[in-house]
Amino acid sequence: MAKPKLALYWAASCGGCEIAVLDLHEKILDVANAFDIVFWPVALDFKYSDVRAMEDKSIDICLFNGAIRNSENEEMAHLMRDKSKLVVAFGACAHEGGIPGLANLTTKDAILKWVFKDSPSTVSNNGTYPQTHTRMPEGEIEIPEMWETVKALNQVIDVDYYIPGCPPQPDQIWGVIEYILSGQPMPAKGATLGAGDKTCCEECPRERKEKKLKQFFRPYEIISDPNECLLDQGIICLGPVSRSGCGALCPKANIPCRGCYGAPPNCPDQGAKMVSAISSVIDAHEPEEIEKILDQIVDPLGTFYRFSVPQSILRRVEKI
Amino acid sequence: MKQIKIDPITRLEGHGKIDIFLNDDGEVANTYFQIPELRGFEQFCVGRPVEEMPRITTRICGVCPEAHHMAAAKACDAVFHVEIPSAAKKLRSLLYNVFFAGDHTTHFYALGGPDFIVGPDAPAAERNILGVVKKVGLEVGGKVIEMRKRTQQVIKTLGGKQTHQITSMPGGVSKGISIEEAKEIEKHCEWFVEFGKFTIQAFNDIVLKNQVYVDLILSDTFSHKTYYMGLVDENNKVNFYDGKVRVVDPDGKEFVKYSPNEYLENVAEHVEPWTYLKFPFLKKVGWKGFVDGKDSGVYRATPLSRLNAADGMPTPLAQAEYEKMYSTLGGKPVHATLATHWARIIELLSGAEMALDLIRDPEITSTHIRNIPTEIPTEGVGIVEAPRGTLTHHYTTDERGILTKVNLIVGTTNNYAPISMSINKAARGLIKKGVEVTEGTLNKIEMAFRAYDPCFGCATHYMPGKMPIELRIYDSSNNLIDLVRRNP
Ligand code: SF4
Ligand code: SF4
Ligand code: SF4
Repeated sequence: MAKPKLALYWAASCGGCEIAVLDLHEKILDVANAFDIVFWPVALDFKYSDVRAMEDKSIDICLFNGAIRNSENEEMAHLMRDKSKLVVAFGACAHEGGIPGLANLTTKDAILKWVFKDSPSTVSNNGTYPQTHTRMPEGEIEIPEMWETVKALNQVIDVDYYIPGCPPQPDQIWGVIEYILSGQPMPAKGATLGAGDKTCCEECPRERKEKKLKQFFRPYEIISDPNECLLDQGIICLGPVSRSGCGALCPKANIPCRGCYGAPPNCPDQGAKMVSAISSVIDAHEPEEIEKILDQIVDPLGTFYRFSVPQSILRRVEKI
Repeated sequence: MKQIKIDPITRLEGHGKIDIFLNDDGEVANTYFQIPELRGFEQFCVGRPVEEMPRITTRICGVCPEAHHMAAAKACDAVFHVEIPSAAKKLRSLLYNVFFAGDHTTHFYALGGPDFIVGPDAPAAERNILGVVKKVGLEVGGKVIEMRKRTQQVIKTLGGKQTHQITSMPGGVSKGISIEEAKEIEKHCEWFVEFGKFTIQAFNDIVLKNQVYVDLILSDTFSHKTYYMGLVDENNKVNFYDGKVRVVDPDGKEFVKYSPNEYLENVAEHVEPWTYLKFPFLKKVGWKGFVDGKDSGVYRATPLSRLNAADGMPTPLAQAEYEKMYSTLGGKPVHATLATHWARIIELLSGAEMALDLIRDPEITSTHIRNIPTEIPTEGVGIVEAPRGTLTHHYTTDERGILTKVNLIVGTTNNYAPISMSINKAARGLIKKGVEVTEGTLNKIEMAFRAYDPCFGCATHYMPGKMPIELRIYDSSNNLIDLVRRNP
């Protein structure tokens, strides 16, 4: 039997998802043996034109990481969709927009204005901003167009599976690869791979008693008890609304979870669920008092939707 | 006019892309090195709580998240006016030196090294990590993978996650290490020092004993006389994690030494319409365009720059090699861009030695690792050396510590103008009328910027593969008349 054809691509990505694949260390050689890697710009010499020349659906699996930030990212997403039987959104950026998705809380104009005009180290070049086409004395040169809104992969193409995490943990990536190679039937379309079906809390060694709270703290404000749940100690931790899979890495290092593994099953919106989780532990009845306590939570939007602004209810409402 | 495109070359933020224009005589008219992506961290971090920055800005780069993690944590300390406990500083510094040793290893063996170890004119199919293994011995490939694995393991223990670390926070670190963990890490660090010595030896045997390579390193095509920047400790020795930024002029004389909070008096950024990345320059000298020399504010911030800007290395083995490098290459400063590879492995060894010193310090297992900030947050600057250049994070907050302004000058960015100049010079030196543009030409142009290790270079050559590169030559009506590319 011919080896399955594998492609890996990165759009608006930090490269950490690629590093996570390389962090398979010696197992990366097994991957190279088991698959016919037909496209992987970071590691192998194949060009966009090679992909364009392929027959439609000739790639078996495409692992796509990074968000959709500009015209080039979007074009490549469509191209990979046409050429691949299965497209997997790999990592938080492709899955939900990830950290670059926080840009949806501001605007493209504000970004460009700060970077090329207002930032204190910038010397404005007669108010010049980057242009998609620039005529230089020698000829014209081009760069892609930055989009107004950052999108997750499934907002521009049809996606078959999701591997969450920022980045996905190497042991989880290996688990998915082993599963595929075992020849077992693939799960139903839309499934999340390489993660558990519980919450981060259930992997966390800290004991959670769902204590009632009168006060919240920011992580630097207190030295937390190493065995007690962080949320019980008043530190906002997204464990209750995050999918299991990482092994609760952050709480194990005395740092609260920020939800990079996405929402757990049957939770359509991580942030909304976090709001209800917090409401249920607030120890107050008077609206005023409740408000005072909630006021201690700074930047709920950027915290509860740290990795998922583009996928959130909020974003959709705002954009329509 | 003809146009040559090299697209994509390697990753910075997104793909890099090079356009080379030829005039009607077939000579290089100009070159443009473009960065086609901007994610806008500086703007979208406004409104976030400042203490989240060490875990948000890691996502600028998955290759060197450690650098952003540390620069952000230091900027946070400054914003809160908090002094971190000495053990916390040692823990951060330990993580950071291990990271340097690991990152430089990947670059040297997988990306930059193959040009020398296998040879710049060897077929592309061999000029990669596999070619290195073939030349230096099978055991080397295993060692390189093991080095990566061990450094990642130590980083995970200290940083909480191997990619996108989480433990550094305002006032210190969230997690210390036990005596057992320290013993384990010490063994790794001993191994790193041995690996560093081995690497220096391999470089000596293969590169320095070959006059052709030494001549190549020193050739004018790969040289620029610029200012050099790097962090130094109180004895003016190279330091990756902390200190003052020292800049020397093209004659090697100290031009300025500044504290992080003085960076705006010293560095500014120039904007061009054809790229999403800005060009930093020395403010007191001024932007004079893509030119070198004392009158141009262009500076470099690379491993070689750090060695040029300092008076020496902080550790003995690295210091001996430092002295050897300058005596071999004709004294300080060294302008030869390709000597950056040598400087890089000297830093690798130094990082390993520093890490070993730190892990043997009894204070490293202290439990006093955090001070709780008590002052009202305002403004602060954090600077570290990223492997690819001086990294500056500058934050301003309101009285609740919510960010109102963020300004970042990122590692590779420092070198944007010099990389562009190096590409231009190499292209002019190599593309001549009547001379066929070959794959070898491509590689030599590539070598000009590869020495800077533009981000993502390391991963690019990690797999049995090579940097994706393609050169297209168009005539004046934009018809493709020639295509030069790597053999798959
Ligand atoms: S998911 Fe995380 S690791 Fe992956 S590309 Fe996005 S920011 Fe980087
Ligand atoms: S610390 Fe966080 S992850 Fe752990 S139990 Fe508490 S809320 Fe859940
Ligand atoms: S604890 Fe939360 S933020 Fe940390 S790695 Fe796991 S899912 Fe991601």
